[in-house]
Amino acid sequence: MLIHKPADVPPSEITPRSLFERRRNFLARSGTGLVAGAALWHGLPGAARASTRLQTVPSALSTTEPLSERDAVTGYNNFYEFGTDKADPARNAHKMEVRPWTVRVEGLVGKPRRFDIDELLRLAPLEERIYRLRCVEGWSMVVPWVGFPLAALLKEVEPLGSAKYVEFVTHYDPKIMIRDVLDWPYTEGLRLDEALHPLTLLAVGVYGEALPKQNGAPLRLVVPWKYGFKSAKSIVTIRLTEKEPATAWNKFAPQEYGFYSNVNPEVRHPRWSQATERRIGELRKRPTQMFNGYAEQVASLYQGMDLKKFY
Amino acid sequence: MNLSLRSPSAGTIVAFKAIVFALCLLPAVNLALGWQANALGANPIETITRASGEWTLRLLLITLAVTPLRRFSGLHWLLRLRRMLGLFAFAYALGHFAIYLWLDQFFDWNAIALDILDRPFITVGFAAFVLLIPLAATSNSFAIRRLGGRRWQSLHRSVYAIAIFAVVHFWWLVKADIGRPLLYASILAVLLGLRGWWRELERRRQLSVPPPAKHLEKKVIRLVPRQ
Repeated sequence: MLIHKPADVPPSEITPRSLFERRRNFLARSGTGLVAGAALWHGLPGAARASTRLQTVPSALSTTEPLSERDAVTGYNNFYEFGTDKADPARNAHKMEVRPWTVRVEGLVGKPRRFDIDELLRLAPLEERIYRLRCVEGWSMVVPWVGFPLAALLKEVEPLGSAKYVEFVTHYDPKIMIRDVLDWPYTEGLRLDEALHPLTLLAVGVYGEALPKQNGAPLRLVVPWKYGFKSAKSIVTIRLTEKEPATAWNKFAPQEYGFYSNVNPEVRHPRWSQATERRIGELRKRPTQMFNGYAEQVASLYQGMDLKKFY
Repeated sequence: MNLSLRSPSAGTIVAFKAIVFALCLLPAVNLALGWQANALGANPIETITRASGEWTLRLLLITLAVTPLRRFSGLHWLLRLRRMLGLFAFAYALGHFAIYLWLDQFFDWNAIALDILDRPFITVGFAAFVLLIPLAATSNSFAIRRLGGRRWQSLHRSVYAIAIFAVVHFWWLVKADIGRPLLYASILAVLLGLRGWWRELERRRQLSVPPPAKHLEKKVIRLVPRQ
């Protein structure tokens, strides 16, 4: 008589190796996500800092220039929804709830979806990217962002061949934000190839921690070769389109703020010289670099374009 | 010391002048201390540029408010504070301009020339500053005597244009939020509007005055009293 001795573990219970490895990966990342989630939930500077550090990997795309002071990065902001003085956002942005938070990715994509912020935090390994930030007003900083390439998110939704542009719509709540000045909600846009460029970042943190609300929590865009206003804060919708999307500052003053708004010392602005900039913390101005010093990486995107016309 | 507000003694006026002097100095002292303590925010040069400019504008408006205040209140001695207020407006304008030349541009004359020629808000601000110089230079009694009251007065009427330029300078500077420039523009509109209205009243009054009496015709009327 043949006695079937059952195996200790039935084959159906054995996790395939690939899945097993994916799960380890998932656990590792969700660890990051949980920590990040906690940080976003509490919003919190100060004592809790040590426990809210985001797990990041360094990036070869980072600059080695000295960082701007954290107080400057988190206390000197343009986030007009919370007031037009540079110190207003840090004073008023605490009113914004950043949990729960979902981001809709829609338009000309094969798989339109809503992403929960926690999902986005696990979408790709978080990198620390130290970028120069050049404001159209003539000042600049060096900011250690934490985030992942926008391309990683766009890949998930499979852009259609007809998609040419990406529109970003940001959070607007008239109960806690100002009602006038600009045509809210604040919108921004990129050409699809700009959006897919490896430098283009979706940031979830700064200085190794979750983004403070005044910096555009929980998720913002960072496009380091363009003037700062292109890097929309507190994004709720990402829409792929065929036509160039309208952008907030361009609608307000088209002769001053173009769709492209690449940092360009040769294109003058009626209010500010763009030839020089003041690095926050420094006394004397320094010359502004073409594409904010990222010409090597991005100049090819604009080959054959008259950058004085497409400013 | 005579504490009557209507006709204060010389001592009271000196005391008032001292108080106004100290008050006018306060913003500058405040900025200097803030600069020293590194307490002017992430962009201190921007902070002092903005603050000195805004105080110039406020002091210009306060200077222009002296005459209406005097007329409404009947406190004619207020006029004796006006020169100091105007000179403080000039001092803040000078500070504002010096900060721009030195800290903002570091005497980069090329950039400064481009700014003045190319950026309308700087053009108009620069014009306001240049026009203030002759007013400050002729603010002493010697200059008044030398120019004669009438010429001195018409020269100093350019302060109306200067104030308009200063408001426009601020208006064109802001990116989108015109709240504060609008506030100053409204105040200036009231201050200038009052003068226009008074002028109109004066014109009507003169038109309604009957012609001089027959018996006074061709007679010399001595306006200056005999010594």
